[in-house]
Amino acid sequence: MPYPFDPGTRKNVLALMIRSRVFEQKIEELFTNHSMHGTTHLAIGQEAVHAGVALGLEQRDWIMTTHRCHGHTLARGADLSAMMAEFFGDSRGLSRGLGGSMHLIDMEHRNAGSSAVVGSSVALATGMALQLKRQRRDEVVVAFFGDGASNRGIIHESMNMASIWNLPVLFLCEHNGYGMSSPAHRMVSVSSIAERGAGYGIESDSIDGNDVQEVYSKVREIRQWMMGNQRPYLLEVKTYRFSGHSKSDKRVYRTREEEAQWMKKDPIEAFSRVLIDEKEITEEEISDLFEQERAQITEIADFFLHDHRELTLQEAEKYVYASGGDR
Amino acid sequence: MRQISYREAIREALAEEMARDEQVVLMGEDVGCYGGCFSVTSGLIDIYGPHQVIETPVSEEGIVAVAVGAAIMGMRPVVEVMYGDFSTLASDPLINHAAKTRFMSGGRQSVPMVYRTPMGSGTGAAAQHTQSLETLFTNIPGLKVIYPCTPSDAKGLLKSAIRCDDPVVFLEHKNYGLSSLIPEEDYTIEIGKADVKRKGSDLTIITYGKMVSHALSAALTLEDDEISTEVVDLRTLRPLDTEAIRASVKKTGRAVILHEGPAFGGFSGEIAAAIVEDEDTFRALKGPVKRIGGQEIPTPFNKNLEMQMAPQVSQIISMSLSLFT
Repeated sequence: MPYPFDPGTRKNVLALMIRSRVFEQKIEELFTNHSMHGTTHLAIGQEAVHAGVALGLEQRDWIMTTHRCHGHTLARGADLSAMMAEFFGDSRGLSRGLGGSMHLIDMEHRNAGSSAVVGSSVALATGMALQLKRQRRDEVVVAFFGDGASNRGIIHESMNMASIWNLPVLFLCEHNGYGMSSPAHRMVSVSSIAERGAGYGIESDSIDGNDVQEVYSKVREIRQWMMGNQRPYLLEVKTYRFSGHSKSDKRVYRTREEEAQWMKKDPIEAFSRVLIDEKEITEEEISDLFEQERAQITEIADFFLHDHRELTLQEAEKYVYASGGDR
Repeated sequence: MRQISYREAIREALAEEMARDEQVVLMGEDVGCYGGCFSVTSGLIDIYGPHQVIETPVSEEGIVAVAVGAAIMGMRPVVEVMYGDFSTLASDPLINHAAKTRFMSGGRQSVPMVYRTPMGSGTGAAAQHTQSLETLFTNIPGLKVIYPCTPSDAKGLLKSAIRCDDPVVFLEHKNYGLSSLIPEEDYTIEIGKADVKRKGSDLTIITYGKMVSHALSAALTLEDDEISTEVVDLRTLRPLDTEAIRASVKKTGRAVILHEGPAFGGFSGEIAAAIVEDEDTFRALKGPVKRIGGQEIPTPFNKNLEMQMAPQVSQIISMSLSLFT
């Protein structure tokens, strides 16, 4: 692998993946017991992508994510309290409680947010890259999308523009096998979405999205290549969401056997085995990590369960127009 | 003061704002050496270069969405879409994204962009290139919607739109050759303010866009019948200057509302509501509020049929006279 993790940092990588898992499990619990309002889209099982991409980028780089955005937001370094507050619609949330689970925006960590219109954020990310290029900034934008979104026309328009204008955008397709209930093999014309890069003259590749070391190394490598060649890139990472599409999903469209097969490729377990085999961590230390992360996240959730603050409608109206109240 | 056309006024606003701020970037199909579908942007690429004039592929949704993303990062894009009818394609980035970005980020992002596109019939371009689709946008909180008639208003309002930190939909009529006097000095016009284009005491015609010219022609003829007509040009549809509408109707007691698109579900309904929802204005009415819109059919290609699509001056006159019988 051209870019292995720096020695001694792999334990932190595992901790980040565990934090993502535990955070989403907590969110699932809070939605299930009706402590939270609305719906949510979990990415449990896709933690290698969250951590691998976030760590493979430079801090000055940007991401624009999807409706399934918790893991990416967390891995980029968002404040866990501000994230949790947003889920509760609390005014201390990342978007003051106005965006919610599908719209986590964290400009401080160069996460420009996400569109809940599946695929539309890819074009916005392409526009961000246009401005970065105009300003000759040494930064890239990652445009996340899924296999479901890959069929949107806007992705075709975006990839064409990124190619003709040589924009620093990394199109990152998280291929988790399903667009809501629809399996990719019935909805997508190619077995690997990376093949579509050729249609735009965009270099592309497809990798195992459950191997955090591979994702990290590949993103680092692509970032170097993009800077050197001043070109966009399309990377497909193949993964699987263990959770349903959203809160109400009973997962009737797939078998428990298929889920069990993918569970064997759990990215956290896979990376744990590597670190145990190479004597960087023990089983016990991993259990401790889970406990620590659970304790921290439970404490945050409990705080916002019992200490709720929210905007009034009059205060919310201030955020419609720049003039704050003008309409 | 000097005489220039609607087309030149818009071009001057673009040129002056691009010179003032290099973050002002014109984007659109054929806006470079071709000068845009209606020759509004001719010559701008020669002065400001490809850094500020970006020619795009035929990708209306993509162009507007790219502008939204670039605006979040500090660009002040002005996107030209060659026909207002293609706003259907641009509606996702405008309605679902530009209009909601500031709000959904709790004020942490803004989208300072302008969406420019021409509306209306009279060009022989049939049903998909001649609609007036302003109501796609007037019902969307987060957007501002401008539709000026005169060169002077177009220039001053476009400059304000470009300097505005909100997404602005800037609609143009296709009578780009219409000329009038504009000030010599640098000026802007405040968004959200109507303008009384003609003072009168017996009747108010409330309108915007190309129909302002029709209203003024009708007013001139109505003078022969000793009817003094006030013409209120809204100029901005959102935010709507309800005060100006009410002030005029309270004075005259009679209101005719006029626009090019069909009246059914049209913006005229909103204007009528602004009149009748206000107690004082309602009580000042001497008759029913009347609306005149375009024909309730898709625009026909046939020239004689197309010429009957938009409201006619004669229609405005007879509708106005009916309020005095």
